[in-house]
Amino acid sequence: MRPRPSVLVGFAIIAVYVAAAVIGPLVSPYGEAEVVGDVWEPFSAAHPLGTDNLGRDMLSRLLWGASRTIGVALAATLLSFTIGMTLGYLAAVVGGWVDMVLSRAIDTLMAIPTLIFALVVLAVLPPSVVILILVIAVLDSTRVFRLARAVAMDVVVMDFVEVARLRGERLGWIVFREVLPNTLPPLIAEFGLRFCFAFLFLSSLSFLGLGIQPPAADWGGMVRDNANAISFGLPIPLIPAAAIAVLTIGVNLVVDWQLERSSTARRGA
Amino acid sequence: MAMLLEIRDLHIEALGEDGRWQEIVKGVSLELEPARVLGLIGESGAGKSTIGLAALGYARHGCRLARGSIRLEGEELFGATSEKLREIRGVRVCYVAQSAAAAFNPAHRLDDQVIEAAVQHGIMSPGEARAEARRLYAKLKLPDPATFGRRYPHQVSGGQLQRAMTVMAMVPRPDLIVFDEPTTALDVTTQIEVLAAIREAITDEGMAAIYITHDLALVAQMAHRIMVLRHGLEVEVGPTERILEAPREDYTRALVGVRRVQKPEKPRSGGAPLLEVRHVDAAYGAVPVLFDVSVCLEAGRTVAVVGESGSGKSTLARVITGLLPPRKGEVRLDGRPLPPSLKERAKDQLRRIQLVYQMPDVALNPRQKVEEIVGRVLTFYFGTNGAERRREVERLLEEVELPAGFADRYPAELSGGQKQRVCIARALAARPEVIICDEVTSALDVQVADAVLRLLLRLQEETGVAYLFITHDLATVKAIADDIVVMLEGRVVEQGPKSEILSPPHHPYTDLLLSSVPEMEVGWLDRVLRERAERKARGEAVMEAADR
Repeated sequence: MRPRPSVLVGFAIIAVYVAAAVIGPLVSPYGEAEVVGDVWEPFSAAHPLGTDNLGRDMLSRLLWGASRTIGVALAATLLSFTIGMTLGYLAAVVGGWVDMVLSRAIDTLMAIPTLIFALVVLAVLPPSVVILILVIAVLDSTRVFRLARAVAMDVVVMDFVEVARLRGERLGWIVFREVLPNTLPPLIAEFGLRFCFAFLFLSSLSFLGLGIQPPAADWGGMVRDNANAISFGLPIPLIPAAAIAVLTIGVNLVVDWQLERSSTARRGA
Repeated sequence: MAMLLEIRDLHIEALGEDGRWQEIVKGVSLELEPARVLGLIGESGAGKSTIGLAALGYARHGCRLARGSIRLEGEELFGATSEKLREIRGVRVCYVAQSAAAAFNPAHRLDDQVIEAAVQHGIMSPGEARAEARRLYAKLKLPDPATFGRRYPHQVSGGQLQRAMTVMAMVPRPDLIVFDEPTTALDVTTQIEVLAAIREAITDEGMAAIYITHDLALVAQMAHRIMVLRHGLEVEVGPTERILEAPREDYTRALVGVRRVQKPEKPRSGGAPLLEVRHVDAAYGAVPVLFDVSVCLEAGRTVAVVGESGSGKSTLARVITGLLPPRKGEVRLDGRPLPPSLKERAKDQLRRIQLVYQMPDVALNPRQKVEEIVGRVLTFYFGTNGAERRREVERLLEEVELPAGFADRYPAELSGGQKQRVCIARALAARPEVIICDEVTSALDVQVADAVLRLLLRLQEETGVAYLFITHDLATVKAIADDIVVMLEGRVVEQGPKSEILSPPHHPYTDLLLSSVPEMEVGWLDRVLRERAERKARGEAVMEAADR
């Protein structure tokens, strides 16, 4: 199946962001928290995207923020998949009371509104990037658990899994060799969606002041810092907001394609 | 005589995975006179259902009528407007599908669904349609015709639902009914009743029919003429007697001649039994499934466990393999009791009993190559690895008559029969003493199934493995069994050597089962029905499917 142009656009967007996150701090014209000009200077050759509420270069902060925001979101998503998939497969393959206990525990966690839960935890614990990643990962892993368990359930009932059980295979083999390869496509798509969610969630937390702490640059925090500029008709806060929105759209374009591809592949099989 | 239906040079295409249209029906012509029955027969992929639906001017989703002509009483259906087709479908041509359970809406009473088409098309008033439905319920020998339609679909049996669907097709008084495998989903003892009812009804009502099936013996009871199809092309067409008695084409001869696999019954050695199931009771949760079941298998022999759906024969396999620990009783291997649960069994105990499944599609991991599928067994049980493992896999593939190169293929690159051979190779890799074959041929086309049976027989001669053969198909049993166990509702009804079980006097249920298997003979259905009626008239005990 040939990918549509929209998919290529999605991949291009992601490539630009990844590049920004990796080499952004190296190529940024100024330091992350360096005050280099006046408050809210307009676009100029020295400051292509103007300056922020403290006179820091917007472009530099955007580049620094890329590595922080994307890095934290990616780390949180990877961790949430590790937790969610491990527990989800365990519940599906072992079944019985293990499934019961895990599912009910996850349900309980899901019943608590995520933002409020995160705000309480982050307000109590000392602010640090590690704790931030942990909180986002644990909250997100509930959704991953649900999906991983559901797709694994569909595979666990297949005869080839029973064959492995009858042969006397251990749990590890059944999970990693029989179940996992047959459940990856929907989980890969989910990874993209979950990453978007973690990324938006992080931005929301930063906007509320509980995410990445100043003076470190972060897109959600940058929106908040410069929110007042809107009243003066200045586009400054829209720049980090657009950076957040465009990445989300780019990832979704690729996810759509991946989902479509995996569903046709399954029908073809 | 004017033709009711005339199809000329019909081509139908399906959308392939690569987005291109591929021909699946490649120029088929047929004609049908009023009040006659034409049988369409072929294996899966022959295009028989596609042609049947084309008689309604319909092509399935992802298919299109490419060219040709479909005339119903001279009226062209090919390329007709959808208004025109609406006047024909469900009015002049009706369709009866394989799965009645999927065709009825479980939320509505049967009556409302049965009369819907006739009322919607303004052929009858609801009252008239209901009266007509009641008349047809009686005609199709449904119980309590006056109130039968008041029931919901889940309140009637599978065979009754299939007959209700036939009533649904007959209420609008169509000229032509297309039956698409109407009895394939039914048990064999139910099938014969549905067949008889359908045949009587269409004859009495003077309707024409197209009867689609993969079972030549069945269609021979129903059709005046038979058309044999293969790969979307006509192989031959002719009167039923001629096709059965003097087939012209090799392919037809093969179809008529299948199930000629025969193996002489092995005498009992009198030695100690290899596998013994002793007085087993088993249940799924609170639902009891097996009651005091005892079965015994000697080394190198084949025991066939026969029964219809719900008889508990697959549950027996689950008990033997340890997937379902029994409530009572035990399973012995070589005189020693096996731990009831799989988890407590030693690796070697697991190795000695292997299982081959009904659906090879789901029995093979789609993400593993054949080498991995078969080779894992060698690594797991014998620690064979590397080049030696590869050689052994190739030898096993040759053993099951597959090219050694198949080791590098994924299951999706194999046909159904080839997949089942890989499953057999996987079982053999463990060098088992017992292979449990759970309906291993029922998902396969007849000829392919035949070849698989022959393979199993040859392997038994070469390796001395014993088979526990679970099946509902008596033709298979006759072909390969040494001993037969007949099961009904979780109990063993009768068991013994093949020659004893298959020759009278029978247990009434065995008799019902045996006489319900369609035979490749014109007039078989009439003969069986007559015999049953005569014996009943003499006051002998004759069991009916409804008695169960």
